[in-house]
Amino acid sequence: MPRPGQRARAIALSLLLLALFLGAWQAAVSGGGGTAAQMDPDYAALMGTAATQGASAMPGPAQVATRLAELLADPFYDRGANDKGIGIQLGWSLLRVMLGYALAVLVAVPLGFLIGTSALLRQALDPFIQILKPISPLAWMPLALYTIKDSGRSAIFVIFICSVWPLLLNTAFGVASVRREWLNVARTLEVSRWRMAWRVILPAAAPTILTGMRISIGIAWLVIVAAEMLVGGTGIGYFVWNQWNNLSITDVIIAILLIGLVGMALDQLLAWAGRRVGYSE
Amino acid sequence: MNTRPHIALQGLRKLYPGNARPTFDEIWFDIMPGEFVCLIGHSGCGKTTLLNILAGLEQASGGTVIVEGRELTGPGLDRAVIFQSHALLPWMSVRENIAFAIRSRWPGWSRAEVEAHGQRYIDLVHLSGAERKKPAQLSGGMKQRVGIARALAIQPRILLMDEPFSALDALTRGALQDEVVAISATTRQTTFMITHDVDEAMLLADRIVLMTSGPDARVAEIVENGLPRGRTRQELHRLPGYAALRNHLLDFLVERPAGRPADPRHPPLRRIGAAEHPATANPR
Repeated sequence: MPRPGQRARAIALSLLLLALFLGAWQAAVSGGGGTAAQMDPDYAALMGTAATQGASAMPGPAQVATRLAELLADPFYDRGANDKGIGIQLGWSLLRVMLGYALAVLVAVPLGFLIGTSALLRQALDPFIQILKPISPLAWMPLALYTIKDSGRSAIFVIFICSVWPLLLNTAFGVASVRREWLNVARTLEVSRWRMAWRVILPAAAPTILTGMRISIGIAWLVIVAAEMLVGGTGIGYFVWNQWNNLSITDVIIAILLIGLVGMALDQLLAWAGRRVGYSE
Repeated sequence: MNTRPHIALQGLRKLYPGNARPTFDEIWFDIMPGEFVCLIGHSGCGKTTLLNILAGLEQASGGTVIVEGRELTGPGLDRAVIFQSHALLPWMSVRENIAFAIRSRWPGWSRAEVEAHGQRYIDLVHLSGAERKKPAQLSGGMKQRVGIARALAIQPRILLMDEPFSALDALTRGALQDEVVAISATTRQTTFMITHDVDEAMLLADRIVLMTSGPDARVAEIVENGLPRGRTRQELHRLPGYAALRNHLLDFLVERPAGRPADPRHPPLRRIGAAEHPATANPR
């Protein structure tokens, strides 16, 4: 048990670390001496302040904060393909993740249920799962683009394929390890197969299934950034790559921060759901 | 001997794959309607397996079980099991655990009927006030009370108990034994109970089946409880014949006989506890 006051001290320490980090960041990006004196003025103009005044192209925390406020003030504007609000970009990414993830849940939970209840099916499918599981989801991208012929749907497929394995394995494991005595109780009560699945096996396996869902959403959110860098068009991954091409490091840093925050929110959401279905024996 | 047995075990045998010898073999005995039979034996003689076969949860490797004239084929609502580990569903409250059983027995019942019926059995085992609690919030004794209420609520014709009180402390065990005495006095259900507690068997059982040590365990003998009826836990040790019966059962457990009775179909029947009454096969 944490001692009283430990929480407050932990928060204070967190704030101290944050302040140290921001201070170090500011110090690191502050420009040194000037080097512009011996440079041709035209060349200096071309090179920008990074080369001419020794100022880093890396923005400081204050610049990032200003730009963040700017982006968040109007997150949903849409001025053409390469200029959309950060909210729209995050929205696209979330939509793709949700679609691919929902598809994965729809496929993996029933299939995992079957695998968990049938030792035969488990053994028969095991080699396929073991081979397919370690494949980087992005390796599927060319195949997806070729067969689906739509970059947006291909990104959704990639999310599906990366979410499906932890869901499948956790569901199968959760279902297979339902306590024998619970099943026996239901059997002595002549409970039908459906009622057994809904009222006994599913609630018993729910915490394990939710753990799989939590792992999957984390992976899906990791993968969507990379997938959108590849397929382009919209999404936070595309935004990161686009701002890199614009040499707007400030926007890249902001995107990184927001990806982290959204990922944390998704994780916490499933952690909360996991606590809801949890039980203690 | 006017009624046929409620349950007849006919030459039951259990051989687990990979074992050279069966866990038990040639198990023959009858349980009469309304009778309370306890089975005592060393661990490893397959007591739980035997009970699971009666419950329909396991298959015998040989022999049959006849219940009310029909061969047993699987689990059924005519038999309720009280498990050693209580086996409550931990995500359901006390009320939901019992309602789950009631709905299985009477699928057409309304919510109010299920609720009212369940409450009667919750009150019967003195758990009123704990209806909304989850099993994890209950003590071991309370959990087992829920297990008993759940089993009784489906109004089974046969009650099967697998060492239901062995995991409890002595005080709780005593209290629950008293409840079982009271309940079985009113319901008169046919009951088969596995125990390793000699006093428990003497308190509850009409007849006590003694099994030899496994593997290849048999019924060594059947002891008829000659102690007068209406026994209470407090008075048990003062009853005439208490010492004789207790010594007989303890001697059996200590000596660990592994031999086989001459005729497994008719293991020796003994009435101990009150020598003045002649032995009868059917005590009720």
